[in-house]
Amino acid sequence: MRFSGLRILKEGLTGNKGWTPHWRDPQPKSEYDVIIIGGGGHGLATAYYLARDHGITNVAVLEKGYIGGGNVGRNTTIVRANYNMPGNSEFYSHSLKLWEGLEEDLNYNVMHSQRGIINLFHSDGQRDYAARRANSMVNQGDDAILLDREGVRKMLPYLEFDNPRFPVYGGLCHPRGGTARHDAVAWGFARGADRRGVDLIQNCEVTGIDIEGGRVTGVQTTRGAIRAKKVGVVVAGRSSQVAAMAGMRLPIESHILQAFVTEGLKPVIDHVVTFGMGHFYISQSDKGGLVFGGDLDFYASYAARGNLPMAEHVMEAGLALMPMIGKARVLRSWGGIVDMTPDGSPIIDRSGIDGLFLNCGWCYGGFKAVPGSGNVFAHLMATGRYHENATKFRLDRFRDGYGLMDEEGTGSQHNLH
Amino acid sequence: MRITCPICGARDSREFSYRGAALALDRPDPDAGEDAWAEYVHLRENPAGVLRELWYHEAGCSAWIVVQRNTTTHEVLGAELAAEVAR
Repeated sequence: MRFSGLRILKEGLTGNKGWTPHWRDPQPKSEYDVIIIGGGGHGLATAYYLARDHGITNVAVLEKGYIGGGNVGRNTTIVRANYNMPGNSEFYSHSLKLWEGLEEDLNYNVMHSQRGIINLFHSDGQRDYAARRANSMVNQGDDAILLDREGVRKMLPYLEFDNPRFPVYGGLCHPRGGTARHDAVAWGFARGADRRGVDLIQNCEVTGIDIEGGRVTGVQTTRGAIRAKKVGVVVAGRSSQVAAMAGMRLPIESHILQAFVTEGLKPVIDHVVTFGMGHFYISQSDKGGLVFGGDLDFYASYAARGNLPMAEHVMEAGLALMPMIGKARVLRSWGGIVDMTPDGSPIIDRSGIDGLFLNCGWCYGGFKAVPGSGNVFAHLMATGRYHENATKFRLDRFRDGYGLMDEEGTGSQHNLH
Repeated sequence: MRITCPICGARDSREFSYRGAALALDRPDPDAGEDAWAEYVHLRENPAGVLRELWYHEAGCSAWIVVQRNTTTHEVLGAELAAEVAR
């Protein structure tokens, strides 16, 4: 079924009786060419690009819960390419270009909205860094505009500009940044993969990884054994548990990151605004809710919910920056289990076991990477070579210290990001 | 979340700072080799369940404590002074 405006009109006039399920619910076969463990955004995108770019369609995506039930449905939906460091910069640039063609490519409305992101700064030193980062972005071929205080005021007149601790000096604006509808991204990739022949197997938890003579031969699951010569592990916060099935330990700690949404309001915040000094960022969903978040709770957690101190801190920071939002009532808060690496950058690499590949360590920034991650991971799994825009996400960088991508400049050890 | 400090009793978690898994109590020897040190610094068990971890009672008694905490429920199961554990 192909979506179009005409189709919506026709269905609307005929009682919406012609819609069909977005994807099949197949029984797992006994063998596939490729198994992707994890039916989140990254796993679904990997399966989609394996089929689209490499003609590998005998693929199963194994999901222990349901499609869209993990972090891809628990994030704050921000899409951007405003990274500074080589390694990250070209990758996120690649990912943003995929985002820009995604809706046509998937024939699916992911509500990608390039409303612009403004990262505020509050001192001369921060302005210097913002200018440097802007130059990095421009050199990468992306867009960046350095706004002074009055430039920010034109775009965001509602801010508290004269906060005594963090007065607004200006902002780094990334016009092509924005948001997307997170669930629709999962559904669109799931549908796209399914249409190309990929089997999406839900309620299928992997319980073991079969390895013979240093080579992967398949997986054990709650729905039986499945053979495959190539297996990709794309399970975000659960990466350590799945890697342990292959006898591996990863440089990852799973932490909790909270997010919040208010009741629906009329349009009031037109962009994505980040207040790094307060660890606060916000946008408004198309439904009207103010979607905002802050920093990690800063302790290991698999609870998918956080504690009140960080909730309080985020609210305080938000009110300090934009007092007007104090009138909005918070509707919900939730947490995602994020896979934190020591340097805050991801891992897309071979595992050391033939045929077993790793895609993990997305920390608190996995959503914007969904198309890019799937695209380059599919390339690695299909060809055995790193994609030209993802050559630096190496697992061994932590061991030898070469090529660490400490984007925040806070150090390359656990608990610093 | 409240952390039970052996000296101060149950206290709000925001009085503490977090160091992660309690590996520092079992550091490799200085000459243990690169593999041992690379593992020690970076690789983690990262269990979904009970984790033995180090917390520092920064806004309290300044003690390092070893806390047993369930990472899936946030339940604190016990705590000892790191100085006594390391002895």
